[in-house]
Amino acid sequence: MLSELKDRLKAESCEEYLCRLFEKIEKSSLNAFTTLAKESALKEARLFDKNPGRGLLAGVPIAIKGSISTKGIETNCSSRILRGYIPPYDAHVIERLKAEGAIIVGKTNMDEFAMGTSTETSCFGPTKNPWDRACVPGGSSGGSAAVVAGGEAPCSLGSDTGGSVRCPASFCGIVGLKPTYGLVSRYGLVAYANSLEQIGPLTHTVEDTALLMEAISGHDERDSTSAEGARHSYLPGLEDGVAGLKIGIPKEYFGEGVNKDVEKAVWEAIATLESIGASWQEISLPHTRYALAAYYVIAMSEASSNLARFDGLRYGERMGEDKDWHTTFSEIRAKGFGPEVKRRIMLGTYALSAGYYGRYYLKALQVRTLIKEDFLCAFKDVDLLASPTMPIPAFKIGERINDPLSLYMADVFTVPINLAGVPAISVPCGFAGHLPVGLQLIGPHFCEATVLRTAQAFEAATPFHEAKPEVI
Amino acid sequence: MITREDVEHISWLASIKIEDEEKDELVEHFNTILEYFQQLDEVDTKGVKPTYRVVDLANIFREDAAGESLSQDQALKNAPRTENGYFKSPRIV
Repeated sequence: MLSELKDRLKAESCEEYLCRLFEKIEKSSLNAFTTLAKESALKEARLFDKNPGRGLLAGVPIAIKGSISTKGIETNCSSRILRGYIPPYDAHVIERLKAEGAIIVGKTNMDEFAMGTSTETSCFGPTKNPWDRACVPGGSSGGSAAVVAGGEAPCSLGSDTGGSVRCPASFCGIVGLKPTYGLVSRYGLVAYANSLEQIGPLTHTVEDTALLMEAISGHDERDSTSAEGARHSYLPGLEDGVAGLKIGIPKEYFGEGVNKDVEKAVWEAIATLESIGASWQEISLPHTRYALAAYYVIAMSEASSNLARFDGLRYGERMGEDKDWHTTFSEIRAKGFGPEVKRRIMLGTYALSAGYYGRYYLKALQVRTLIKEDFLCAFKDVDLLASPTMPIPAFKIGERINDPLSLYMADVFTVPINLAGVPAISVPCGFAGHLPVGLQLIGPHFCEATVLRTAQAFEAATPFHEAKPEVI
Repeated sequence: MITREDVEHISWLASIKIEDEEKDELVEHFNTILEYFQQLDEVDTKGVKPTYRVVDLANIFREDAAGESLSQDQALKNAPRTENGYFKSPRIV
């Protein structure tokens, strides 16, 4: 996809391509973009048309999640408290994209501060799923997935704290990768739960994801959790196939609570992988049932600390008359944050407060160790794990938003991966009715190459990545 | 069990003002979610070390060298209230 687009942009006009893209975006009813960078994008396109660079992504338009800092382009995390905030610097991934010649077209809608599974907690209202406008696109990177699936950008970046790239990729029928923790610098990513999150690509094809990973991964000393070592190349070896590959099927990821059509599509995908040379065996990740609780305790605790910085003093919305210090900030935060963000900050505050630290936070970190060990143990016997990305297809807008716990439950197969820090990809593997289903492939730490190679072989053997929603 | 008084205390700790009419719903949501969290009590974690970070990186050092940083103007650009080149905060005392 992107390699053909690059050739096309060189042969034709990048400016004209972008003009058509912006025309489409401006007519769109998806509510997927929150800020457009039309002027700067067209300027870059004209420069490209005069002198096309040789970067990996020369001339390629890309949409960026609203939580990734872009110099000069509003970055508001879809939160009222950050409306109008224009970062004075670029995130590491944005520096890398620009160095490779990519053109930023705009910022995408998301769950407020990435806290959600449906993009409904955004202060700009929900983004719609291009496959069914009554349904959510998934979250929290719902805007980034919807623009790619809906043809409003050829690729995008999201961030994944507990499934926020893979869930919307699954619900919108595209490819989404959560890299190994530490592989992509978080410098410039507005933190929600910093020990869990990674920035990752959302694209139509596995090859495009590999291409974006070449651009954005690698060491950055400004992120103290950035892994050291040379930058990897993900394109060579992508076509090497799956002959002899051993795939583990975690039994806890099937059965109760999983939609029958989702389960059927995933088993068919496993059969496809077998038919092209892989073998599979059932394995167990025994602590799976505790992952959701551990994840939410850790994520909320980290959020309560990370979001303490939003006080309306240095950036963001400062409302009303100044009173005393604590009252002023408490009122600004009450008006600036939406209900789900308040709920998570307050629960995290409670979990870390005197007398409860050991009971909730420390306990969750110990359970995290057991979950990570489950994965390490499984990878002694198999090369890769396969499961549904989400237990359900996209649900209706409004269906779950008033019942926080039922919304959290949808993350049951994505959060264990963030707790363990391993890489995982979601690739389209069929449909439940008219809605896409995602296959999740999980690899050992820093084994993105195996994950991508397997996803590529699956994609080459199936037609699902070619399916497109009807453009309205 | 979380009570209305607990919710008021947490609101103070978190610096998020809540209105009276929000409190009952928060009590209900907090209790439902915390009850769910209690399933962690079932797990035997005796002797298990906590995982604060998944990659084994700690004490990363770099050269103590001055680099470029934001100018005062750039740093203040997003601040809603400033005075004489400083952020303007509410009165502390």
